[in-house]
Amino acid sequence: MDYLKAFVVGGLFCIVGQVLIDKTKLTPARILVAYVVAGVVLGAVGVYKPLAEWAGAGATVPLTGFGYSLAKGVKEAVAEKGLLGAVTGGVTSTAGGIAAAIFLGVLVALLFKPKPKS
Amino acid sequence: MENQKLGRQTFQPGSSPVIIGHGSSAGHKECQGPLRRHFDHTCEDDLFGAKTWEQAESSMQQLALDAALKRAGLHTQDLDLLLAGDLLNQCIGSGYSARQAAVPFFGLYGACSTMGESLALATLLLSGGYGKYAAAVTSSHFCSAERQYRTPLEYGCQRTPTAQWTATASGAVIITSDVRPGPRVVRVTVGKVVDKGIKDANNMGAAMAPSAYETLKAHFEDTGLTPDYYDLIVTGDLGQLGHEIVTEFFAHDGVKLANYNDCGLLLFDREAQDVHAGASGCGCSASVLCGYLLPGLLAGRWKRILFCPTGALHSPTATMQGESIPGICHAIALEGGK
Repeated sequence: MDYLKAFVVGGLFCIVGQVLIDKTKLTPARILVAYVVAGVVLGAVGVYKPLAEWAGAGATVPLTGFGYSLAKGVKEAVAEKGLLGAVTGGVTSTAGGIAAAIFLGVLVALLFKPKPKS
Repeated sequence: MENQKLGRQTFQPGSSPVIIGHGSSAGHKECQGPLRRHFDHTCEDDLFGAKTWEQAESSMQQLALDAALKRAGLHTQDLDLLLAGDLLNQCIGSGYSARQAAVPFFGLYGACSTMGESLALATLLLSGGYGKYAAAVTSSHFCSAERQYRTPLEYGCQRTPTAQWTATASGAVIITSDVRPGPRVVRVTVGKVVDKGIKDANNMGAAMAPSAYETLKAHFEDTGLTPDYYDLIVTGDLGQLGHEIVTEFFAHDGVKLANYNDCGLLLFDREAQDVHAGASGCGCSASVLCGYLLPGLLAGRWKRILFCPTGALHSPTATMQGESIPGICHAIALEGGK
């Protein structure tokens, strides 16, 4: 059942992205940034947390999940350290993901060569 | 006959320069398209023996130029002028390729209209008496263009439905002021920059179509000819959408373009090769000219062709700053051959 929930919610996020690419003039980069910001906003107003708990990876793996982690980290850090947490919390809570992305990016660049799309 | 200027934009050489050599090189995807048999050089991995995509583009230019020189029976050193262009920053595809050629060189930028620009300038220079042999060379490479204009390949970005596919291809033409048999450049209509305010960099066909329409209209007004004078009118790389727009514009004027096609539609099989609106890039019109149109003139398939490459004169910076996309189109009238 968890798989099904993750599949449906993750799929819905992807459908929204596809519709934005096909029907609007937004560039993919802008859509990605919008997803992160949407995750932050939905996380801040408390909508994303129940969604992430219900759908698991279906809500945390898409880019909105990254935005949600940023918002969650800020909330926690503000509770702990006060206002300073607003600037440190986001990156602290997402540090694992960011470091992994940089490391894997370097690794893949070393291992593989780009090829033309077919 | 004297060199003449007709109307506002058209130049008619007194003695039409003759195309004595043409050569082309094309990438793997291009060779899976309808024109697969027509290219002189192809390459499986699109690197053409080079280390980077940018160097590959220079290699493609050299291969195309060598093939053209061979057909013309000339050596590189016989060239009085080399006019070349590509899509990369600072025109490095051409600059590095001209480093090998070591002949008098002009680097040109006309975006995807560069084959028209180089051919027009070569025609004007030769018919003005400046030299005997000139080469016009143009190239584009999908992988270097994606990096320059959109995102690097590694990013694996989704493509929008109106996006076109930058051709990995190059074309080279050798023309001479000597009186020789072969296709002649009889008229050149130099385009004006036209901008109708389109801002979507993924919809270049629509951005460039008005410039193609304006240049074609100017050509017919200046020369007094009608579209049916030509066996084939072929625009640069407008793709499906741009082709429809130009056809509609002329239909609005009450002119039916029966013999009108677009290089962006000729290079790929749009459905089977998933290239969305069609091909683009200055290598598109260059390779279609050198791989398909000129051989067609030589074989007598057509007698008169109006070749009109189109270019979008924007840059990624201008697009990010919210600027609209200016378009340009040059019309080159080619006649005879057989």
